[in-house]
Amino acid sequence: MKLRKNVAVSEAGLLFNPVTGESFTVNPIGVEILNLIREDKSPDQISKAIVDKYSTDQTTFEKDYDDFIGILYHHNLLESHEETTI
Amino acid sequence: MKKRQFNIAVTGLNAIDSPGPGVSVIRALHEAASFDVKIIGLSYESLEPGIYMHDIVDRTYSIPYPSAGIDTLLSRLEYIHEKENLDVIIPNFDAELYPFIKLEPKLKGMGIHMFLPTLHQFEERHKVNLNDFGKKYGISVPHSKVIYDLNTVHSLPSEFSFPMIVKGKFYDASIAYSIEQVKSYFNKISAKWGLPIIIQEFIHGTEFNVTGLGDGKGNTIAAVPMRKQYITDKGKAWGGITISDEKMLEMTRTFLRKTKWRGGFELELMKNKDGELYLLEINPRLPAWIYLAVGVGQNIPEALVNLALGENVKPFTTYDVGKMFIRYAWDMIVDREEFEQISIYGEL
Repeated sequence: MKLRKNVAVSEAGLLFNPVTGESFTVNPIGVEILNLIREDKSPDQISKAIVDKYSTDQTTFEKDYDDFIGILYHHNLLESHEETTI
Repeated sequence: MKKRQFNIAVTGLNAIDSPGPGVSVIRALHEAASFDVKIIGLSYESLEPGIYMHDIVDRTYSIPYPSAGIDTLLSRLEYIHEKENLDVIIPNFDAELYPFIKLEPKLKGMGIHMFLPTLHQFEERHKVNLNDFGKKYGISVPHSKVIYDLNTVHSLPSEFSFPMIVKGKFYDASIAYSIEQVKSYFNKISAKWGLPIIIQEFIHGTEFNVTGLGDGKGNTIAAVPMRKQYITDKGKAWGGITISDEKMLEMTRTFLRKTKWRGGFELELMKNKDGELYLLEINPRLPAWIYLAVGVGQNIPEALVNLALGENVKPFTTYDVGKMFIRYAWDMIVDREEFEQISIYGEL
């Protein structure tokens, strides 16, 4: 799973898709997850990184993560469907 | 080295809810790197705001509506030329292009240059010919039909599904969800712009625009695509952002290569959910948002002037992606005497 290479993500959480001209905002944890995706981390590695850092359990995180990934696909911000969910 | 100075006349100084491109074109010309300008505004109505923008428009003359005929326009232009020694005219309205195209050889003989599409290009891309245009050049267009008579409206549901678009031959378009609405828009739009009316298939999707410049030999001198971010009731962009869509740019290059388009243009495109692009309309002139192209590195009006003057112009190859324009309406305070001057004497 890869974020489309030309999608820009600002530190403050603004996503801009230069092909469609659409922009979106994500919260700080969203930015963190997007950066982990950019670093080619697997869903399991992302889950571990977030669960270790924040006070959440794995089940809750994975549900939210799947929703988040679904939204990214819906807006055509990810490249492939491989390894989508945890 | 001192830059050359050109006297350039520009129309389209209006700025109502469907604003003319004139003021944006003038801003671009003032920022030209290759020449300085004296701007002569050409106005149709006394309340066009550009007339009163003395910091960017040096002098304005009223000109007759196209309906007054080509000879009337020519004699007015001869008078203005005598006073201002015009080098270039940039017409910015669809409706005035026909007389200006017709006058191009005569004006050239007087030393006034333009860079307009040929009459053939102008007619061929017309909304009423869009189906044939799409077939001829292999460009996807929505199915459309030209109608002259209100009685033919009843047969439309066999050919189109609702909603459908009802378009005027020059301007205006409305989405109709029933035969009653089609009739109502037919009457409204034909009363304003005349016949025919164009019925067009409604494509669900996102609207994009590309502005650019063709050199008349099939080359793309400039092309900047934009997504409308804020759209008025009239469908006009009040805010937009430049994008980088190779498919869109390729369609633009195909259009220019195959038609050998000469001059500025705006393509109105619709992208459906499957990513397929449809060409909805070709506006044969620069759009009101042309200053965005300047802001992202392609001063299209400057390039157009240089082409009009017969100079070699290097094609633009890049532009900034993700830059936005946000339009603003500005109230000017104007002395009645100025309004009187342009209304009574036709000059200010």
